[in-house]
Amino acid sequence: MSMPFYVPPEQVMKDRADFARKGIARGRSVIVLGYDKGIAFVAENPSRALHKVSEIYDRIAFAAVGRYNEFESLRVAGIRYADLRGYSYDRTDVTARALANSYAQTIGAVFTQEQKPFEIEIVVAEVGRTADGDQIFRLTYDGSVADEQGFVAMGGASDIAEQRLGQAWRPGLSLAEALRMAVDVLAAPAAAPGSAAQPGAAAAASPENPPRVIDASMLEVAVLDRERPRRTFRRVTGALLERLLSADDPTANAPTADESHPGHPEVLSGESEQTPPA
Amino acid sequence: MSSPAHGGTRRLDDAYLATGSASFTEFVGSFRPEMLPSGRVLPSGSSIDAPHGTTIVALVHDSGVVMAGDRRATMGNIIANRDMEKVFAADDYSVVGIAGTAGIAIELVRLYQVELEHYEKIEGAIMSLEGKANRLASMIRGNLGLAMQGLTVVPLYAGYDLDGDAGRIYSYDVTGGCYVEGGHHSIGSGSLFARGALKKLWRPGLTETQAVNVALEALYDAADDDSATGGPDLGRQIWPTVAVIDRTGSRFVADDVLESQVRQIVEARRGNPGGAR
Repeated sequence: MSMPFYVPPEQVMKDRADFARKGIARGRSVIVLGYDKGIAFVAENPSRALHKVSEIYDRIAFAAVGRYNEFESLRVAGIRYADLRGYSYDRTDVTARALANSYAQTIGAVFTQEQKPFEIEIVVAEVGRTADGDQIFRLTYDGSVADEQGFVAMGGASDIAEQRLGQAWRPGLSLAEALRMAVDVLAAPAAAPGSAAQPGAAAAASPENPPRVIDASMLEVAVLDRERPRRTFRRVTGALLERLLSADDPTANAPTADESHPGHPEVLSGESEQTPPA
Repeated sequence: MSSPAHGGTRRLDDAYLATGSASFTEFVGSFRPEMLPSGRVLPSGSSIDAPHGTTIVALVHDSGVVMAGDRRATMGNIIANRDMEKVFAADDYSVVGIAGTAGIAIELVRLYQVELEHYEKIEGAIMSLEGKANRLASMIRGNLGLAMQGLTVVPLYAGYDLDGDAGRIYSYDVTGGCYVEGGHHSIGSGSLFARGALKKLWRPGLTETQAVNVALEALYDAADDDSATGGPDLGRQIWPTVAVIDRTGSRFVADDVLESQVRQIVEARRGNPGGAR
């Protein structure tokens, strides 16, 4: 008769952490960074239907990497939590800090108690009235929370991406500058020495390895625009995104007016002048 | 368990994480039923005097729909409130006006606004106008128990149908019946008189300005003959609430525009109390 081997708790936690990290590192990265008029979310995501970035509440948004089904259920939970809180108190009483804490407790409990930890990493960001009031919380698979300043990169090769952002990012960027910076970081060759995201990978950075080309159609971009009243979340797509990403185009920020094209009021595509067929 | 009432930072309750519908009302109904008007039980056989909201009118025009409401709330023979708002934006493309017990009605409207926004965020799409009208019907249906004890709420719903490219009006009965109205409709205690006015003044193809004018005339007629409906108050500068919904969304008509239109109506009725015809 075989007896189960004793496995020390340190080893159990380490195995779980390694398992979660591997899962997260397989996915494409998401970058969240502040700009002069708000917070921008840039995800490499060719899907138009399965979002990695989503609105939670008036000034709060959610971004995630990893397993879609796992972060989707947390996204829905966050919207339920925020809407219930806003309904029972007031819209101004819904804060990213409280939501991040609840998420942290939930993810932490799953990490220690469930069969399998969440293979996800999420960001809960709240745009303030001024850039100083912006809050970006990053939550990892084990339930730890970090209050990040200015920018976050998550997902595959996030360490090297964070390093690059740390060198390039500064407060007061325009939206166009911030988006171009994020795309440059996403497009740069991923392999780097000692990348924690890929512990076993051959880690030779090859300078001759050219950056990938990422165009607007492969990106999911959204902003929390601090100057809008009430709901500040807007998706940026189409011609507007192409103009913002183009270094030659003078468009530097999202338009202040909303577009009137029906269906999705939160979308800014720069195509409002073309009225849809009646 | 973690709930907003406890403001806790404990883990999210399983109800938050459960796979479910995109309906906020259904979520609250299963998780915190006491927060819904329909989840409360009142002592039977008793009734209370609560403020009532009164007249709402809505009419279709060539680019959308207009909804207007007076500002008075009454409690028996007392005026409970002179400047109450009874027309609310439900979402970007629709408005809801309420008549009946004011407290319950306002609670239902708040719940309905969250319901629509909640769906929008979870699904990433706007509900169809028909779907929105049906959601409101089911919420009124849930209020039937309270209605039978005298706390009746009857809404009037108007929105822009983005698929059909037209403004539409939906009326409701107290049991949750939902009816599409052609052209125009009115609810509340002054609605008999407002409907008469609408019938005579409304015609297809009105412009937006004309439609706002017809709505103001109809409310004036309602206030003329119904003591529970408030007329425009020139002394206090209280004008009816008027919302306009078209392809670009819903918006409320500014006070200065209303003031000049109301003053014209009052002037035109001097020595001619029947008003426009």
